[in-house]
Amino acid sequence: MKADVIVIGGGTVGAAIAYGLAQRQQHVIVLDGDDRDHRAARANFGLVWVQGKGTNMPEYQLWSRRSCERWADFSKGLLDITGQDLHLEQKGGLVFCLGDAEFEARRTTLQKLHNQLGGEPADCEMIDRSELERIMPGVAFGSEVYGASLGHRDGHANPLRLLSALHAGIQRLGGTIVSATLVEKIQSNSSGFTLGAGLENYVAPRIVIAAGLGSQKLGALVGLDVPLRPQRGQILVTERFVPILPLPCSGLRQTREGTVMIGATQEDVGLDAATTAVAAAKLSTRALRIIPALATATLVRQWAGLRVLTPDGCPVYAQSESHPGAFVALCHSGVTLAAVHAETIAQAVIDGSLPSSLDVFHQRRFDVPEAA
Amino acid sequence: MKPVDLLIVGSGPAGMAAAVTARRTGLDVLVVDEQPAPGGQIWRDIETVAGTERGTLLGAAYLDGRRAAEAFRASGAAYEPGAQLWQIEPGFRGFVTKAGEARIIEARTILLATGAQERPAPFPGWTLPGILTVGAGQILLKNAGQVPAKPVWLAGSGPLMLLYMTQLLKAGGEIAGYLDTTPPGRLSSALRYLPGALRAVGDLFKGIAWSLTLRASGVRRIRHVTDIEAVGTEHLEAIRFRTASGTEETVQADALLVHEGVIPSVHVALALGSAVTWRDDQDCYVPILDAWGESSQPNVFIAGDGAGIAGAKAAALRGEIAALGIATKLGQITPEAAAEASKPARAKLERELALRPFLDALFRPREAIFIPDDETVVCRCEEITAREIRAMARLGRPGPNQVKAFTRAGMGPCQGRQCGYTVTRILAAAEGRSVEEVGFYRIRPPLKPVTLGELASLREPEATS
Amino acid sequence: MFRKLHDPGQAALRVYIDGVAVPAEAGESVAAVLLRQEAVWSRLTPVKGSKRAPYCLMGVCFDCLAEVDGVGSVQTCLTTVQDGMRIARQRGKRSLGA
Repeated sequence: MKADVIVIGGGTVGAAIAYGLAQRQQHVIVLDGDDRDHRAARANFGLVWVQGKGTNMPEYQLWSRRSCERWADFSKGLLDITGQDLHLEQKGGLVFCLGDAEFEARRTTLQKLHNQLGGEPADCEMIDRSELERIMPGVAFGSEVYGASLGHRDGHANPLRLLSALHAGIQRLGGTIVSATLVEKIQSNSSGFTLGAGLENYVAPRIVIAAGLGSQKLGALVGLDVPLRPQRGQILVTERFVPILPLPCSGLRQTREGTVMIGATQEDVGLDAATTAVAAAKLSTRALRIIPALATATLVRQWAGLRVLTPDGCPVYAQSESHPGAFVALCHSGVTLAAVHAETIAQAVIDGSLPSSLDVFHQRRFDVPEAA
Repeated sequence: MKPVDLLIVGSGPAGMAAAVTARRTGLDVLVVDEQPAPGGQIWRDIETVAGTERGTLLGAAYLDGRRAAEAFRASGAAYEPGAQLWQIEPGFRGFVTKAGEARIIEARTILLATGAQERPAPFPGWTLPGILTVGAGQILLKNAGQVPAKPVWLAGSGPLMLLYMTQLLKAGGEIAGYLDTTPPGRLSSALRYLPGALRAVGDLFKGIAWSLTLRASGVRRIRHVTDIEAVGTEHLEAIRFRTASGTEETVQADALLVHEGVIPSVHVALALGSAVTWRDDQDCYVPILDAWGESSQPNVFIAGDGAGIAGAKAAALRGEIAALGIATKLGQITPEAAAEASKPARAKLERELALRPFLDALFRPREAIFIPDDETVVCRCEEITAREIRAMARLGRPGPNQVKAFTRAGMGPCQGRQCGYTVTRILAAAEGRSVEEVGFYRIRPPLKPVTLGELASLREPEATS
Repeated sequence: MFRKLHDPGQAALRVYIDGVAVPAEAGESVAAVLLRQEAVWSRLTPVKGSKRAPYCLMGVCFDCLAEVDGVGSVQTCLTTVQDGMRIARQRGKRSLGA
């Protein structure tokens, strides 16, 4: 099979780029993995979020802001093409603080980030308990709830609807998604790349590697050496309730369906995507400290996903120097960044070069030799 | 707290027999069951019902449960009724909720004796109040001594259907009609298994007797029913059906009991990572087990109908054999002693299993129930239709987990117990793949409902003393 | 929809369904009692508000969920009646309100 661009990986990152390519009249093939592969995209919490991001790399904060600004249009575009509503809401988001120490620590973190950004106007504020009670009149907060930080740009969407809509959109725009493929070989010659998967060969002048944790192995085949590690995140979801949380919160959000999502752990356990009851107990305990009434909520499901983490936790976008035409796109915030992936990154793949504003995301930043 | 030698999940025929045998070898045994009393579904409420008129009505096979329950009670096994096991982690740690509190049970080995469930057989309108399964009808008879108040319609096929109808008639209940969905030609395809089945001639006669009772009762039996539709808005109002000869009929009805056979409960086994294999002749997954009932996960044993449908007697025998296997693994008895001790049970088990191929062939459900029409609700919890599942199959070749993510089918509280097979079968048919290749939902905790309050109350067990 | 074959006699007790006192028998499930009522339904689904009644009676369908003694989404087929028990049919999504 031949295409203009082959995207390896049908998760939220790969699908968003492929969708953007298809929108730009590219004939795109998405090679997606097996149904039971590790899939961060199906384990996502669903925040469209900037608050607190990029304390170690301000450009990441700005890149996230840009995507949040583009999200409404992006979502509208998908709705028009696929008829699928992504349940996007961008009315702000909260990070709860239990006790004044957490509150002050949060204030310091956000202030530091704000200082790093220089002239940008503040888009976060610290609010106290009475203000919280005003914003969320339906909630009886636990006694430890001291206040929260409120990010005005933050919001949430349904990550599974996003993924489903991207897949539908790609196909509606003439793209092809091939499920259950495992890319084993990448060969390149003057006219492009030949990808071997099972008995099938896929040929294109450009390829995008967006295969999550599988990208390390694939990147090595085209001279893209990306250090990655998995980080397990476990999430709980309850039965459906009448709406009670008007704003999403880090670690606690109510979906349009009415379920309450509670998450997520950050565990360095390698490629183990098992759930643990200890994590369920820990997540529940924290949620009940915030909203005690959740004690009667029935847990409907617990799951675990493996985040795709680079050494500094920020995204990687790069084109291979040894194999021009081969791109890599990796991050663990595929939902937040979906809008810019579909626009900026897709356009860059077509242009054959990433804009210089994204240089900071090149993985060469990890190549710094360690001090002797 | 010292880990128990053996944690048994379920106190039906297999769980009780295993507990008795394991105790006899000196193992320390704990049995948890979500029901309030021992017996499982087959012998539900046996301890309270056995001595009553209802016990006589339910028949000899039911009353067999009394002795099993007595032996279990006397075995010295610790027993926790009303306890829901919602997760098992390697090691093993079983997480159980009872009366609003969650706790951890540590165990060296696990025996899953979780039995069977009725095969979900979706048809248009099957979610309407007024429709129950035949198994539910029988449980109501055992547990509450109750029968449908007015003449009831029944639809489906299988031994339980015949048994329940005879029990219902004996109890003074009335049957409006029986829509027999057994497809034409099943008897002739079953006949080649008859010689084997004759080894279990007692049970075979029982089945024939049920059929004769039914015939003598004058119950209206409509054979070769191919399609059923339940009509109603808030409750069942009418049943529309069609037969293989094309006859269509609509009957007024406010009660319908349905049944299309039983399948092993494999949810806990799947959650533990025990391998299963697809049985084409039984249209279900069964766990892959060695001669002692040990699954592909070391120290996880499976017995009873959860190991493959074979009935109560076979369940108890498998429980006994598994207990001997477990005692051997834990060094309580020698392999030679276990081999010797298991001989009588193995011989009896072979006779019990002899009838199965005949029954499987005779009552093999019609294909339509596996792959329902577009309008039919497949996932009862999230109210997802077959059309929505099929629409997904057109997007590449998605597996059941992608379909779950994209449609929410299987995301409700039943955890895919009602829709799992249907989703897999629809995808297999639409994508031209085998059921085995398509696979099944990844089973996520909790296996049983648990509240966040119960989860938060979870405490680590005290250090081993 | 269902009727009892016998008079509970000594084992009779009383439970309340949506505030209405109804007779029950020691040892039987809450779902069994519901199925003897004029209205057999236990809940309206939180998805589309469809009416559902106990279906499988063995804990695998989750259509018999109701509120029992203030606890929501209880599987009534696995819950034995107690004298004075208060059962409320669930109407769609539950409320977590203060």
